[in-house]
Parts: sequence; structure tokens; C-alpha cells
Amino acid sequence: MEPLLRMSMIRKKFPGVLALDDAGLEVLPGEIHALLGENGAGKSTLIKILAGAQQPDSGTIELGGENVVMVSPHDAQRRGIATIYQEFTLAPNMTIAENVFIGREPGGGVFVDWREMAAETHAITKRLGLELQPMSVVRGLSVAEQQMVEIARALSMKSRLIVMDEPTSALSSAEVDKLFRIARELKAQGLSIIFVTHRLEEVMQICDRYTVLRDGRLVGSGSIADITIDGIIRLMVGREVKALFAHHQREIANDVVLRVEGLNRQGNARDQSATVLADVSFEVRRGEILGVAGLVGAGRTEMARAVFGADEFDSGRVIMDGRQLHIRSPKDAIRHGIGLVPEDRKQQALFLALAVRINLSMASHRRILRWGLFIDEKAERAMVEEYRQKLNIRMASQEQLIANLSGGNQQKVTLARWLALRPKVLIVDEPTRGIDIGAKVEVHNLLFEMAQSGIAIIAISSELPEVLAVSDRIVTMREGRVTGQIKREEATEEILMSMMTLTARKTERNHGNID
Amino acid sequence: METLTEHSHSGAQPRTRPDLFGFLARFAPLIFLIVLMGGFAIFEPRFLTPLNLFNILRQVSIYGLLAVGMTFVILTAGIDLSIGSLVAFAGLVAAAVSKGGLSNRFNVGAGEEAASYGWYLAALAAIGVGVAGGFLQGFAITRLKVPPFVVTLGGMSAWRGAALLFAAGGPISGFEPNFVWIGQGRIFDQVPVPVVIFLAFAVLAHVILRYTRYGRQIYAVGGNPEAARLSGLNVRAVTTSVYVIMGFFAGLGAFVLDARLNSAEAVAGTGYELTVIASVVIGGTSLFGGLGTIFGTVIGTILIGVLLNGLVLMNVSSYVQQIIIGIIIVLAVAFDTFAKSRRRLG
Repeated sequence: MEPLLRMSMIRKKFPGVLALDDAGLEVLPGEIHALLGENGAGKSTLIKILAGAQQPDSGTIELGGENVVMVSPHDAQRRGIATIYQEFTLAPNMTIAENVFIGREPGGGVFVDWREMAAETHAITKRLGLELQPMSVVRGLSVAEQQMVEIARALSMKSRLIVMDEPTSALSSAEVDKLFRIARELKAQGLSIIFVTHRLEEVMQICDRYTVLRDGRLVGSGSIADITIDGIIRLMVGREVKALFAHHQREIANDVVLRVEGLNRQGNARDQSATVLADVSFEVRRGEILGVAGLVGAGRTEMARAVFGADEFDSGRVIMDGRQLHIRSPKDAIRHGIGLVPEDRKQQALFLALAVRINLSMASHRRILRWGLFIDEKAERAMVEEYRQKLNIRMASQEQLIANLSGGNQQKVTLARWLALRPKVLIVDEPTRGIDIGAKVEVHNLLFEMAQSGIAIIAISSELPEVLAVSDRIVTMREGRVTGQIKREEATEEILMSMMTLTARKTERNHGNID
Repeated sequence: METLTEHSHSGAQPRTRPDLFGFLARFAPLIFLIVLMGGFAIFEPRFLTPLNLFNILRQVSIYGLLAVGMTFVILTAGIDLSIGSLVAFAGLVAAAVSKGGLSNRFNVGAGEEAASYGWYLAALAAIGVGVAGGFLQGFAITRLKVPPFVVTLGGMSAWRGAALLFAAGGPISGFEPNFVWIGQGRIFDQVPVPVVIFLAFAVLAHVILRYTRYGRQIYAVGGNPEAARLSGLNVRAVTTSVYVIMGFFAGLGAFVLDARLNSAEAVAGTGYELTVIASVVIGGTSLFGGLGTIFGTVIGTILIGVLLNGLVLMNVSSYVQQIIIGIIIVLAVAFDTFAKSRRRLG
């Protein structure tokens, strides 16, 4: 079959970095194609070139058999290529219909034909099997629904090829199923889809063919039917990954470091009456890793932020070493020896315009102060060097901008920031989100070492294999409540999943209730 | 691709990969200044005389003091439009204090009897008014959560009104000689006193931003306030403090301006905010926050001074000068936006 898209010999250089070097991608009509690779492999750059957002230094792009040069995102859209980025590009205060037709409103010139716009939008959402009101405002929609609006926009533009960058990373598993159903539907209608993802299980489930990039080069492509997950991982990392997510059994003393009792919080930014946290209680011991599992929106991050003082809560107690703490800000929490590695590295942890050195020491200036006022840069460099070695952080120098490190190394710097503080309790929220597999294993090992050194760790993760790999004990949450806890030895993905969905399945009340 | 160096251990700072664009972005203001000075020197021989160069520095020293304060504010991604008005108000209060009240505002001899302490009480008054005004605005920004642009736009109007009210329509002039010396005197008969004050406080500000914990916190809050908060920084206090610092420099600037003009009036400082913000932005400080240096601000300030001085020497009208300043601000911000998009790609 003649491919719909053929990108070949694509080369793209940024100041100081060769992002793509002989990269390529072939997509057939009516297929779902996985674009894979570790972070920094060049996937994002390749997609941006395909979307017309960046120009390649050399290489050719053929679309439907003819050579094309995409000069702008608009140009790419006109040729039938729609790209849905991780950060959506919707206008939150406008209606669904307006977002779908933004820049192409029907109605011949000056006035917008609202009726036609709504009808068209309705037709498209119906084609997707969705129940969305064309005239409702985007702000109130869930992440999954907003994604559907993006897809609807792509369809309204008569796209032939839809590129989706990490489409499932913020979705619950039910929402993922729905997305996949729609993807298959679009495929049946003859559209091609490119999935960029880190989740290999999903690739095996939904994709027809794959392309793997490594260090900006095309290293393999073929049919999903002919390869295994291990085979893909081998292509991605260029080596065998053995004992991926292996668990290490540890002895844990019985002294409780942190106890959380009856945490309640009502109301979030969107809904004043929403139950965010309801009677959340748990405890974590010295040297223990407590896993927290739950679907997106289960209240795990909210729990972490409440304990850390980042968000307010209505009632409840946080007790450390038998003493009740009064935490009203992250500053208070840090003073008591609690650290938080937040879920969104770029938005919540990193100072992208600053050097690695300055990022790493940000929470522990106390350790390197001179006369209570000045930063002792010599001591600071020594401290940064110590953690560079300990955590095996790969960087050109301490003065390198953190923005230029890979995701895995950025995450190590974030971990080091808290280690430098010598915390008693460390909360890690999605510690390996968006980092490549090699770095994931390294981060897991770091968590083990930290626990070994006596830190009590609360590890929140949406990836069940990860929860199972790192935890000694696991609590599950659903809709702001703790729905159960279980020792790791007794847990499987299936048991955790049923605990996480417990309140949703009230008929199975006797199932998986462990406390 | 990865170049692992071990120099970092020995304390040397190896630069990351050579990057022409980064180099240009870093030194663009300095290069532009040198080119500009060279240009003027060719067309106008009077330009490169020591007398003229010291004159330029003296002319920019009050803008410079304000620009140093403004650098703190802009580093936190804030802005302060009220400084021109605050300068007028603080200047009037200081003048009244040095003259022992408003009743003898035109009495040239008045204050002579208080000569031994008049000038430093005036300085304290000016700085006191500036700091209090800055704190009020910082408070409104952090506690009432009103955007800096709006708060200081309100301040721009309110301080001007306060100045007009205080002056009751007329200037206050004729200060004691010690006070006037601060604005008009020269050290070693060469270096104007305002220039010394400007450069001394620039050095102090540089040390604070570059070497202290507080300086780090300013960059952190400007670069990513949420990450700063989650790193245990008191974002509110840091944000408030930069407006207090701005107020301090507005007060200091008002004091030096009084001394230089030997007079204070309610319309003093009109339009200063534009020139000062231009100096800071041209000096490479990003309006998006978290990026910039005092060194850049000093260069930016001098650059504007050289530009205006050169244009005057070349008989370009002051109306045209305003047009040129306006265009330069827009170009400097355009450059910053472009540099920001480049950084994101890297």
C-alpha cells in the first residue's frame, strides 16, 4: 500500500543539540501508528516538523505521494494534518462549537452562523459517539472531554492524519477505553492516527504499526503483530532491560513517622460543593514506601498537597512522631522535614531559566549560608557535586540550564533538591511521569535507597506496575476517600484495580475490602 | 553529545556549549552601547570628551537609581508604573522637611539655621515616604491579589494627586548648601555626586541579587512562583519586598533630584516610569520574570542616556527622541520574546 505520509532523512539542529539526525516515519492510510522512543529521542521535534511548527534543516516530507513543504501550522492543517498536543489549545471561555470552528466559523464573513456551527458540531460529536452540548463552555469540561473537542476540531478540518501526543497520560482507564474506541472508529473511516506515548501496553492494544526513534535516528519500524514489548524496549534503549520494575524486599521497623487522621476538604476551583478529600487517614513508617494508587481525580495529589501545606484543608490532623503539626504552608512542612516532589515537573518544580546548581539547592539554602545572608557558592558546588554523584545526574556542568537536561535527569535534580534537605518524610507524586525507561529504573532504585536510609516515602503513581514495584504497602483512593490498604505481597494489578473502583461498584461490596 | 566535565569540582565554571545566539543575547546591550558611542563620536567630536561623558552619567544617575529598583520588580515578573508620581510626592515631603515646613517654601535663607541636620532628615523623609508607598502597593498586590499593573497604575494617579495636594500648587526651592551639594557637587572636582550614589547602590544591588539567599529567592519567584512556593519560599513576602525596594529607590531618587534641581515640585518625575522600564528591559531583564542582571540595567541606563545626549548634540528634537525611546522599548521586548521562544526549544 502506498503510504499516506513518508518523512525521510529528516535532520534538525538546535543551538548545541542535534535533535534529529536521519529520522524518518511512514504512516499508511487507515492505520494507528505508534511513534516511540525515550525522552530526548526526537519524537516531539519530529511531530513539530510534521505539524509545520518547525522547519527541518534537511530531509523530505511526502504526503499522499507528493513532496510537500509545510511552512506553518496553518499550512499543515490545510493539508489535512491535525496535531493534538499534551497541553490543549482550546479557548476555555468559549463554547465547544466555537472551539471546533475557531478561525473557520461558518456564516460568510462578518456574522457567525451559530445555528449551523452548532449543528455541524453536533454532527461531528455524534460521529464520535459523544454526548457533548455544542453550546456548553469548554472550561467546565474534564480533560478527556476537552481532548474529544480537540478531536472534533480535527475532524471538522477534514483531517487525513491526526497526531496525538501522549493522549492517555491524563486519562482514567475508562476514558482511555473510550478514546481507543473512537480511534478505532476513525481508523475504520479511513483516517490515520499517530500515537506518541510511553505506555507500551497501550501500544500493543491499539496500534497497527510502530516507529522507534533513538538519539534522533530511526532505529526500527514494523508491524506490532511481529514484536513484543521487550522487543520494543530493546529498540528504544538499545540494550536489554532486565529486571525492569523488580521489587526489593525490605525489613521495616514499626515506628510510625507520619500519621494523617481524618483529612477533609470540600470544594475545588471548579465546584464549591465537590468532595475533594473525605476522612482520609493513613500512616507511614520509618524506611517504608507507602504506595498510593487511584484513578485520576481520586484525590491522591490533593491529599499530598494538603499534607504538604500547599492547599488548605477543612479538618483533620497531621501527626509526626506523635506530635500534631500545624502546617499552613509548604515552608512549615519543610521545616518539619516533609518534602514533596510534585506531579508536574515543569510547572511546579523546575526553574527552567536557571542553572542546575541553583535548581538543586533551592530548598536547602540553610545548609550553605554564610553569615545568615550570603550563599556560600563553594559549599553549594560541593553539595551539588555530592548529589550529582549519588544520583548519577548526567549534565554538562552545574551551570547548565536545567531546561536542557532530559526529563529523567531533571527529575533526579528535583529528588536531589529534597534529599539535600534530609527529610523525614518525602512525598513523590508521579515520580517517573514522562521519563524514559532507563531513568525510571534509576528513580525506583533511588526511592529504595532513600527508604533504606530511614526516610518514610509516600509514592503516588498512576502506573500500577510502578506502585507494585516500589511499595511496601499500598493504600487505594477513590473520589477523595481511602478505599483500602493492602500489603504489597498480597496485591496484584487486578486487586488494586478493584479496590480503586470500589465505591463505583457498590454491588460488589464484599470484594477487595481490606483494612 | 554529552560532555561530562570534571572542572566543576575544582570550582571553575565551565560554560555550556558555545552558542552564538546566547552570547549575543547576553552582551547585546553592551555591544549596542559601544557601537552607538562610536557612531556619535564620529559624527560629533564633542561627544567623547570627559566632561560630556560625566554629564551623561550625571543625567542618567536618577533614572539609574530607579532602574536598579525596577530591576528587582521586573525580575519577579511585576511592574511599577507609579514611580514618577512617587518621586514627586517623596521629593516634596523631603523638601518640606529640610525647610522646616511649608510656610517658608520660597525663603532661600530658610533652613540655614537647621543646616547641620536638614539634608539627612530630608533623605530619611524621602526614603520613608518611598518605602511606605512601596509597601502599600506590594500589600495590595500580594494580599488583595490585584495585578501589579493595575495597582501601580492606580498609584501613578494617587501619588501624583498627593503631590499636587501637598505642594498646594507651588514648588519648594532653595535648600541649604550641604543638601544641594549632593545633587550638584563633584568629588575630587571631577565625579558628580549623584553618579557616585548611583554606582554605589548599583554595586550593592548586584551583590544582593547575585550573592545572597534573598537574591536567589527573587529569581526563583520570578521564574516560577508555584515551584518557589513548593520549595518552601515565602512568595508573598518576596513579592511584597521588591515593591518596598522599588519604593526605597524612588525615595532616594527623589532626594537626589531635589538636591540637583535645588527645588521640588508636584510635576517632577513625570514620564520617568517609561524611561526607567525601558532602561531595564534594554538591559536584558525579561518582562516575563526570572531573568536579568543589575549589570545589564546599568548598561541599559547608560545606553538610553547616551542615545538622548547624542540626539541632543545632533539637534534632534525632543519629540523625535520620545518616538525613538518608544520604538526601542517595543524592539527590546520583541527581542526578549524571541529569546524566550529560543530558550524553550533548547
